[in-house]
Amino acid sequence: MYNSPDDRGHFGQFGGRYVAETLMPSLMELESAYEEVREDPEFQAEMRKCLHDYVGRPSPLYFAPRLTEAMGGAKIYLKREDLNHTGAHKVNNTVGQVFLAKRMGKKRVIAETGAGQHGVATATLAALLGLECEVFMGAEDIRRQSLNVFRMKLLGAKVHSVTSGTATLKDAMNEALRYWVTHVRDTFYVIGTVAGPHPYPRMVRDFQSVIGEEARAQILELEGRLPDVALACIGGGSNAMGLFYPFVEDEGVELIGVEAAGLGVDTDKHAASIGAGQVGVLHGNKTYLLQDDDGQILHAHSISAGLDYPGVGPEHAHLHDIGRARYVSVTDEEALEAFQQLTRLEGIIPALESSHAIAYLNKLAPTLPKDAIIVVCLSGRGDKDIHTVAEALGVEL
Amino acid sequence: MGRIEATFTDLKARGEKALVTFITAGDPSLAKTEEIIHALVEGGVDIIELGIPFSDPMADGPAIQLSSLRALEAGATLAGVLDMVERVRKFSNVPIVLMGYYNPVFRFGVDAFALRAAQAGVDGLLMVDLPPEEAGEAHGALRASGIDLITLLAPTTPPERTKELAAQGEGFLYYVSMTGVTGSQKVDPAAIAQRVETLRAQSPVPVGVGFGITSAQEAAAVADFADAVVVGSALVRIIEDCGDSKRLIPEVRRFAAELKAAIG
Repeated sequence: MYNSPDDRGHFGQFGGRYVAETLMPSLMELESAYEEVREDPEFQAEMRKCLHDYVGRPSPLYFAPRLTEAMGGAKIYLKREDLNHTGAHKVNNTVGQVFLAKRMGKKRVIAETGAGQHGVATATLAALLGLECEVFMGAEDIRRQSLNVFRMKLLGAKVHSVTSGTATLKDAMNEALRYWVTHVRDTFYVIGTVAGPHPYPRMVRDFQSVIGEEARAQILELEGRLPDVALACIGGGSNAMGLFYPFVEDEGVELIGVEAAGLGVDTDKHAASIGAGQVGVLHGNKTYLLQDDDGQILHAHSISAGLDYPGVGPEHAHLHDIGRARYVSVTDEEALEAFQQLTRLEGIIPALESSHAIAYLNKLAPTLPKDAIIVVCLSGRGDKDIHTVAEALGVEL
Repeated sequence: MGRIEATFTDLKARGEKALVTFITAGDPSLAKTEEIIHALVEGGVDIIELGIPFSDPMADGPAIQLSSLRALEAGATLAGVLDMVERVRKFSNVPIVLMGYYNPVFRFGVDAFALRAAQAGVDGLLMVDLPPEEAGEAHGALRASGIDLITLLAPTTPPERTKELAAQGEGFLYYVSMTGVTGSQKVDPAAIAQRVETLRAQSPVPVGVGFGITSAQEAAAVADFADAVVVGSALVRIIEDCGDSKRLIPEVRRFAAELKAAIG
């Protein structure tokens, strides 16, 4: 039986709680508060109601006929997280964490964000529940994702531009941790992915598992059987973990995570931590990291701001090590093609993150028989990426 | 008796408190760091905390972040830092505690690190992001090499945990004087005196206080109730200001002497 993490947050050799002592008591407080609400029917009902009435769950599991036909292989189903309120899967987690923050009596929530989706989702829930919100975002990402920055401001959040390091997601997380250590007593840190110190990887996985739970029930309803493959893109890996987890014990379901290969994993411009990284410790957990021989963290690169991170959630590192999930990668160029492909074939504009998963379908689906079934997590919509895509295609808006 | 313990024993016999200074190894260069250590010892510093530069110093404020970056740009590596410590041992017996983040040590390999660090003359290791709960794999190797793993305690650490961690202290305990990153706020000595007194009663080893001590006056106030006073960002800023100029070494020596005279 799959039974990770252990009670100290370890997934095999990965995970754990590598933080400054100042934060340890807060993490213990968070852990016990989370244990409490897991068992609390009132909290669970409140969360379910919010996910249903406010987020719009369950999200559809959509059979993509033209995409399936074009690829000429397995049947492709898209789990439509792009239809959630705020436009991506990120909100599933922020509903859980911001409700928990409110219950713990914290007056302020903070978040790091890459593409801005997690920042928007956190600011949205903070507005809904009347909490202060501050978001840390790399200056480079602020440039790439100006639309989401303005959305966060409209929602009442304060956006901090982070200029240290590479001015992307990893540096935003450093800065959020620095802020948290300074204001730890009244501030709840809403981590946006299945990484960070225990209990975050497990808590975020649990909140995101609604994706896989619904998909599992929906495919049984539609096809009368489980899929052959569950497929999702991986930055930190929260949409993938949410899709995978309810299938972990279904041995017949192959789990495939797609990392960002940027300009290619054989170049120094990519974000494939599992594919080309080594084990290390960063941001509170042990996992695969892009690093040099001296243990310095390397710059990640991806056309997609949400995948532009030099690490990966520890549970993915573990699933890789035990051989339960397989991790592959696709390049910026392949993701850009897939972005246009899904838009033209199905009338769905995917986020650049999700486009990585779609791109891998081109390699996988044609090799499978026509009665095989692939469930893909379409983690977000692409409105936020229009400027990036236009720039990459040489179009002036 | 190790160098850390011997130093505290000597100081106690003379009725003095320990002055501990933090610098980032390799800022502005490893060769200069060697000279800076020499100047600090001349100025009266009792224990050297030597920062291992890291690309992502999450618990540090801007001064130490920038110095870490300068050191990396100047080519510092953990292996290079250990070679430099070995050179320092040719002219000084000052206790040296390496301080930093776990990843460079983990990547070096904890067993290999412990052996090489002991051989080079390192006395202690303080890892900001390695709480006792995760320190198992490193602790065994360090203990076998005779290197103390220094424990950090924070204002947020609850009493029961403080007691447990204090009891396991090695070398000295490092009390973080405020909730924040290094050098971000000024210490309030009156607010922490009671806490440090309690800690000293619980601890088998001396108690040092750091984070936010920037002047001789603050150092003196903290030395009233602590066994050791740690000054970091203020010294790192002097090194930043002087850069590679001729002023660097005299300024460092002067600041150290001023601090030492104040804590008595």
